Amino acid sequence: MTSGVLNLVLKRLAIAVVTLLIVLFAVFFATSMLPGDTASILLGQAATPEAVAGLREAMHLNDPAILRFLRWLLGLLHGNLGTSYANQMPVAALIGGRFVNTMELAGITTLLSVPLALTLGVTAAMLRGSLYDRTVTILAIGVISVPEFMVATLAVLLFAVYLKWLPALSSVNEAHTLTDLVRIYAMPVITLTFVISAQMIRMTRAAVVETLSTPYVEMALLKGASRSRMVLKHALPNALGPIVNAVALSLSYLVGGVIIVETIFNYPGIAKLMVDAVATRDLPLIQSCAMIFCLGYLLLITIADIIAIMSNPRLR
Amino acid sequence: MARVAAPRRPFLGHSYNLVGVVASLVILGWMLIAIFAPTIIPHSIGDIVDDDYFGPMRQGLWLGSDYLGRDMLSRVLMGARYTVGISLAAVCIACFSGVVLGMIAAVTGGWLDICLSRFLDAMNSIPSKLFGLVVVAAVGSSIPALILTLAVIYIPGAYRFARALAVNINTMDFMTVARVRGESTAYLIGSEILPNIIRPVLADFGLRFVFIVLLLSGLSFLGLGLQPPLADWGALVRENIGGLPFAAPAVIVPSLAIASLTISVNLLIDNLPQKIRDRDA
Repeated sequence: MTSGVLNLVLKRLAIAVVTLLIVLFAVFFATSMLPGDTASILLGQAATPEAVAGLREAMHLNDPAILRFLRWLLGLLHGNLGTSYANQMPVAALIGGRFVNTMELAGITTLLSVPLALTLGVTAAMLRGSLYDRTVTILAIGVISVPEFMVATLAVLLFAVYLKWLPALSSVNEAHTLTDLVRIYAMPVITLTFVISAQMIRMTRAAVVETLSTPYVEMALLKGASRSRMVLKHALPNALGPIVNAVALSLSYLVGGVIIVETIFNYPGIAKLMVDAVATRDLPLIQSCAMIFCLGYLLLITIADIIAIMSNPRLR
Repeated sequence: MARVAAPRRPFLGHSYNLVGVVASLVILGWMLIAIFAPTIIPHSIGDIVDDDYFGPMRQGLWLGSDYLGRDMLSRVLMGARYTVGISLAAVCIACFSGVVLGMIAAVTGGWLDICLSRFLDAMNSIPSKLFGLVVVAAVGSSIPALILTLAVIYIPGAYRFARALAVNINTMDFMTVARVRGESTAYLIGSEILPNIIRPVLADFGLRFVFIVLLLSGLSFLGLGLQPPLADWGALVRENIGGLPFAAPAVIVPSLAIASLTISVNLLIDNLPQKIRDRDA
C-alpha cells in the first residue's frame, strides 16, 4: 500500500470521527429539546417546588447545555451510559442482553442475504435483458418501493396465516430446541433478508453491467473467451470494489429495517427498546440506543468508503 | 434502459410508453382523491357502521370494516389526504431548500461550500428512521412538526444531488462569461444554473417523494407519526394489525394503497424519456 492510499484512508477515518461528534451533538440536543422538565416528570405531580429545584440541582439540569454535553461525552468515554429515567436501572444493563439479540438477528440476516443477493445480482447482469433478469429487477424494485412493514405483513400472511408454517410472534426466551430457534428467527430474518437483498441485488447488478460494457471485456469476447470465463475472470475481479461497497451500504439499511422488524415481531432487541423509550420519553436510553445505531451505521459506511479507495487500481 | 417495449407515441414533444402513462394515471388518481376526499367518502370516518369488526368486503362496505367497525373505504380515502399532503409538503420544502443551498454552495465555493457540505454530510449519516424517531420524540407529532421533520431529514440528500449537478455546470464557459459581466449570485443560480439542472432535479424530487412517503408510513406504523383520530395509511395498517391473522381487508388495503403510490412514482421516473431523466441532459 502506498502512502497515497494511506493518506486517503486516514483522511476518511478523520472525517468519520468528526461526523460522529456532529451526530452525537445532534442526538444530544434533539433529546434535550424534549418538552417538559425532566425533574418534575421524575418526581410526579405531588412534588413540591423545593424538591424539584433540589433534583434539578443534583442532576446538573441548571448547567448550560454545552457543559452537560461535555459531561455526557466524558461519561461515555468511561463506559457510563447513564441511568434510565423509567426504571432507575443503569442503561448499560438494559442494553446489554438486547444488544446481543439484535446482533444475532443482524448476523443471521447478513449470512443469508449476502450470498443470495450476490448470486442473483451477478446472474441477472450476465443474462441481461432476459426474462430472468427482468423478473429479478422488477421484484427488487417492488420490494424497495414498499415500506418494510408491508414486507413483514405479507410474510406473516403467507407463512403464518395461509401456510401455517411459522408462528407470527417471536419470543427468544421460550426457545428450547433447535427447531424452536429456527421457527423464532425465521419470520424476522426472512423479512430483513428481503429488504436488504433488494438493495444489494440492484447495486451488484449495476456494478457488473457497467464492467461488462468496458473495452477490456469486449476484448475478451473478441479473443473468443467463453461467457462464464469473461464474467468470472475478466469482469468480476474489477467489479469487486463496487460490489463490496454495495454490500456494506446495503447492510447499513439493516438499521432502518430492524427498527420496524423488531417492533412488528415483538423481538427483544435494542431497536424495540428504543421505540419503547421514545414512547416513555426516557432520555438516557434514547441517547444511548441512537448512539449505538449511528455508530454501527457510520462504521459500515466508512468501511464501504475505505474499500472503494483501496480497490481503485489508479491509487495502488 | 427501456425494459418494456410498449408502443411509443409523441405527446408534448416527448414520447411516453404504456407503463409510464398507467403510472402517471395512478398518481393523478391519488392526487384527485387527496383533494376531493371529504366530498366523496360514503360515510363519516368516525362513524361505526358495521356490527362486526374486521368485516369482509361486501355491498355498501366495499373495503370491509376496521377494528371498530368503521367504514374502511372512507378511512383509506381520507388517509390519502394525509399521506399525500404531508409528503408533498415535506418534499417541496426539502427539495427547494436543498437545491437552493446546493446551487449557492457550488457557485460560491470556498469555506461556505466546505462547511455546508461537511455539516450536511454528517446529517446524512444519521439513518433516516432513527433521525425521525429522535426528532419526533423531541418535538412531537403534530402535522407541521411532522412535515418539518421529514423535510429536514431529506434536505442533505437533495443538497448533495443538486450540488454535484451544479458543480459541473459551474465550469462551463457561459458561467465564466456571466461572472465577468458581474451578475449577482441570485441571477447566476436562477437564470444560468437552474434551467440546466431542472430536469434531473425534478426526477430526484419524485424519488425523494417516495422516500418520504415510506418514512412517514413507517413512523405512523410505529405509532410515532400521525396521532389518532387522524390516520394516514401507515397508521391505518398499525391500528388494524390485529386483523392480520384473519387476512382482513382492513390491514391489506392501506398497504396496497401505499405500494400503488410508491411503485407508480418509481415506474414513472424509470420510464421517463431519457432526455428528462439523464443527469447530463
